[in-house]
Amino acid sequence: MCLATKSSAAFSRLSLRKNAVSGKQSMGMETRHKILLLDDDSDWLALCSDLLAELPSHPEILTANAAKRALTILEAERVRLLICDLKMPRIDGLQMLSIVRRRFPELRTVVLSGLEDEVYRDRAYALGVDLFWLKGEMQRNFKLFADCLESLLGREGDAGFRGIQSKSLMDIMQMECLSRSSTVLRITRGPLVAKVWIQDGELIDAEAEGARGEAAFRRLLGWKTGTFENLPAEPNRERTINKPVNALLLESAQTLDETANPVGPESIESASHRKNIRLLSQLTREGADFVIAVPPEGKGAPEAIGIQSLENSAHWTRRAEAIARRLGERLEAGPLSHVAGQNLERQVLIIPHGDRAFLVGWPVEADGNLPEKSRKLVASWDS
Amino acid sequence: MGFLKKIFGTRAAVQPLPSGTITVDRKGHIVTSTVSSAYPANLLQAIGRDVLELLAESRAAEMPLAEVSLHFGSLRITARELRGGAIIFLFPQTALLPTPARPPV
Repeated sequence: MCLATKSSAAFSRLSLRKNAVSGKQSMGMETRHKILLLDDDSDWLALCSDLLAELPSHPEILTANAAKRALTILEAERVRLLICDLKMPRIDGLQMLSIVRRRFPELRTVVLSGLEDEVYRDRAYALGVDLFWLKGEMQRNFKLFADCLESLLGREGDAGFRGIQSKSLMDIMQMECLSRSSTVLRITRGPLVAKVWIQDGELIDAEAEGARGEAAFRRLLGWKTGTFENLPAEPNRERTINKPVNALLLESAQTLDETANPVGPESIESASHRKNIRLLSQLTREGADFVIAVPPEGKGAPEAIGIQSLENSAHWTRRAEAIARRLGERLEAGPLSHVAGQNLERQVLIIPHGDRAFLVGWPVEADGNLPEKSRKLVASWDS
Repeated sequence: MGFLKKIFGTRAAVQPLPSGTITVDRKGHIVTSTVSSAYPANLLQAIGRDVLELLAESRAAEMPLAEVSLHFGSLRITARELRGGAIIFLFPQTALLPTPARPPV
């Protein structure tokens, strides 16, 4: 939100912006979809409506600077697509989306937000939005954003149901491949992001957790929860996977079964060894020194990778987390996100995760977003 | 008018978050503070005590830390060890603002 733009609220009152490009007037009105832009920043509304007016299908752009006004427009006009900000006064974007989902179930929804927190992405997808984009990302990669919008606008005649829940990634892959689709699936699980390229129903490439090809696909199938979105196909993507998708799915299912239900000491040892190798490679790739998973007192022994003596560190992790939580409750400061510490040799982060706490050690010279990187390691630990 | 205040008092139900800097000695006593005097002193002392305990625990675990930072949903507490005591920075966080990854140098 920008205070300067708020002062010009009169400008940003409900306005129906007709497409200014004269050449577009020649298009039949019946084929022009309507897009409603909702944002409390009038400058952003003006910029976006100019950009979206240039879409190949030349949609009609309507704008509103408040949720109430947007709802009035939706009642009055046959809008195909709603592009909504999240952070707005009075009714925020998430509230708006839940209202829209109930009252206008056929409306396509896109969130365009400046909030980089993955929590908002998850919450928006849980509300059934079709697409979530960051404002900065949209400006940097407008072509892709425009393709996504065109794809959403172009599905008027398509029948189908929206919202896939209780379906595993395997089910989704099979559905995409059986329907001979060409698409890029972007799958998000907390801080982890993966992509799968499908061309004419064939799996051609995958990227996940720093791996590529079949290895990435196998890693990805271990994810039990997450959100996914369809991006436009990339037919020129280099092919790294040559096995049929069904063979890969079968192999992965077998490996997952063996890992989840190891039979016999050899199988247990092999599953544990595979997990250690994977975690070590992840640790090296991120540049971390070690990770210790610390369960609550009396609920099992701590597990570690990259460090030998872990008792002292595990004890400190438990104590530090308990002290931090106690202090947070007393100050009413909200949930504990993480605890960071450093000395001349090392940086450490305590990341609470479920009923466990993870201590992640980094070299002192490590930089970048260490909490985010640590969360990736923690997410990999469980997958 | 004002009878509710007579019954329930004037204290706000929601505690404001502290903002500013405090220094504590090795016993946890507050030496200096730039936090509003309206903020309860016992809570400031609790912050000092807990931060010192955290630093002491790290020494006991043979992992002495020179700096520790607690990141909560709406507050960040950054503390630097100061000859047994500590200097503690308190930064309330706006709910929708991402917390910076590194404490100020």
